[in-house]
Amino acid sequence: MASASSLVRLEGLTVAFDGVRVLHGVDVELARGGTLGLVGESGSGKSVTWLAALGLLPTKARVEGRVLLDGEDLLAASERRLDAVRGGRIAMIFQDPASALNPVLTIRRQIGEALALHRGLSGRAIGAEAKRLLDLVGIPDAERRLSAYPHEFSGGQNQRIMIAMALAGRPDLLVADEPTTALDVTIQAQILDLLDLVRRETGMALVLISHDLGVVSQTCDRVAVMYAGRIVEEGPSDRLFADPAHPYTRGLIGALPPLDGSRRRLVSIAGTVPDPKAPPPGCAFAPRCLHSDRRCAVAQPSVETIEPGRRMACVLAVHRREESAGAASSLARKETAAS
Amino acid sequence: MSEPLVRVDDVARAYHARRGLFGRPVEVAAVDGVSFALGRGETLGIVGESGSGKSTTGRLVLGLEPTDRGGVVFDGAPMPKGGTAEWRRLRARMQMIFQDPLGALDRRLPIAEQIREPLDIHGVGDRLSRLDRVGDLLDRVGLGVDHGRRYPHELSGGQRQRAVLARALATTPDFLVCDEPISALDVSIQAQVVNLLVDLQAEFGLAMLFVSHDLRVVRQISRRVVVMYLGRIVEEGSADDLFATPVHPYTRALVSAAPTPGRRLVDRIVLGGDPPNPADRPTGCAFHPRCPVAEARCRVETPRLVDVGAGRRAACLLVAADATPNREAA
Repeated sequence: MASASSLVRLEGLTVAFDGVRVLHGVDVELARGGTLGLVGESGSGKSVTWLAALGLLPTKARVEGRVLLDGEDLLAASERRLDAVRGGRIAMIFQDPASALNPVLTIRRQIGEALALHRGLSGRAIGAEAKRLLDLVGIPDAERRLSAYPHEFSGGQNQRIMIAMALAGRPDLLVADEPTTALDVTIQAQILDLLDLVRRETGMALVLISHDLGVVSQTCDRVAVMYAGRIVEEGPSDRLFADPAHPYTRGLIGALPPLDGSRRRLVSIAGTVPDPKAPPPGCAFAPRCLHSDRRCAVAQPSVETIEPGRRMACVLAVHRREESAGAASSLARKETAAS
Repeated sequence: MSEPLVRVDDVARAYHARRGLFGRPVEVAAVDGVSFALGRGETLGIVGESGSGKSTTGRLVLGLEPTDRGGVVFDGAPMPKGGTAEWRRLRARMQMIFQDPLGALDRRLPIAEQIREPLDIHGVGDRLSRLDRVGDLLDRVGLGVDHGRRYPHELSGGQRQRAVLARALATTPDFLVCDEPISALDVSIQAQVVNLLVDLQAEFGLAMLFVSHDLRVVRQISRRVVVMYLGRIVEEGSADDLFATPVHPYTRALVSAAPTPGRRLVDRIVLGGDPPNPADRPTGCAFHPRCPVAEARCRVETPRLVDVGAGRRAACLLVAADATPNREAA
């Protein structure tokens, strides 16, 4: 699916800590201004993927593969070059804004630092731009609030400030790692709305990492589902949620209690996530999978395209593709019959 | 109607918080006049955001915390004061599980011993029958005998919560309070524990108070639901009705903000403002600063929780005027 217009492309990204592989070759691509959701449970590698891509893992981590930003491989880039990219072209925000902000500096100082570093602003210009950013992220009374400290803001407001700081370098890509997990439901809705608004206004691309399928589907056009260090399914958000293909994706959606209609027993996925030190042979999901057979224990399933723009790593993929081809041809038959 | 197992009557609890190092202490009302009843074998969910007082309510109901006002009646008799011998005896009949199972378990004891502990404390059966019972309980929550020999750190999060559940059920309680019991678990494990809770509740005929911020899980488990905002109940109704046709503007916003896979951000009610601060309670209706339909009188008049028909109660000046919930059929 390589295309000329892609902003970021990860190719065969692997990560190992102390010889234990936690990421097994992630390939994913994001178009300019596009939105990609990354879902998975703890230990699936969804955060590690982007920390590795941005060179933010501790030095003992072994990272291999390629991370192409407009064709430039970030894994081969110098530390100086990376410093310019991080916070400049690519910004990242995390779950806990209170610990990401410096408690003893005013908001003006912290946003100002980013503006001076990445935009070369100074003096008055910093104040004016910092105020504009706070206005943009919806902090009321921005002028006065600039001289406040992080503890004077609520959790939701601190996350808004983090977003303002991330926007200071005019990034082409914002990576948001569980940005609403620590927030209440009504505040989560505000922050997701804000991310959507900011993205549309600035034209930046967004990667949203979350364990919450609902959060991701609300905000992202494309979704990748990760399990045990691999992308097991990827596709357009509406298709993926309307008709999940991989047994794990189906399990995740079935595990979610419905908010309306009749109550049904939840489809739970038996067992637990495999230990990365002792991964099962073949498909990592096979021990928990309802559809697994002998083939699954033999080899890791290859990534197959199941319909245009959708791919998954499962032995069911071939079956699935035939099914969708069959459905398409029967649809075509119906249409000719109707006309 | 027979006497409910638990009746909570206008309970209130305030804390004293100091603003800054030298600030004057201010009174913070965590729970402010909450009433509800819970029948034998019935499940009641409490939904709310942080600061709503939902967890404090759970603790007040069990007598883990003294009430400033109001009282709790358990099985026809007033709840004895927390910490007294009488209260301790009653504790065998009412149990609580929390969000963090690792914090609730003793790291230095094998799981089986911890499940046996309440049996020892309450003097249930002899040594041999207790061992049998521990085996039964482990089996009932989906753990094996070998899990019983392990220490808490050797189990996964979901297995730990199962162990906590087995211990809570050891004394065959009538009443179980669960405070965010699955919030720390991964989605696939959450479903396992939710199914288990539903099964055990039916099998043991437990009355259950289920406290959570997660509307979906509350609906799955509870028959009735109360929604709390700043220490008060703003709406109460059957789980199906309440989420299908929320009456109170706050419940409507909560339901609309609950993310659903495959649904994009359209026609969603996004509330402005911050989550409310219990130390700085707005006048009138506490929700009015964030309410999309608030009127001038909402700033001065405090709405009472009133019957709005069809087994629903709501505390909203605008809803009371309508008298009945807005049904699709109407």
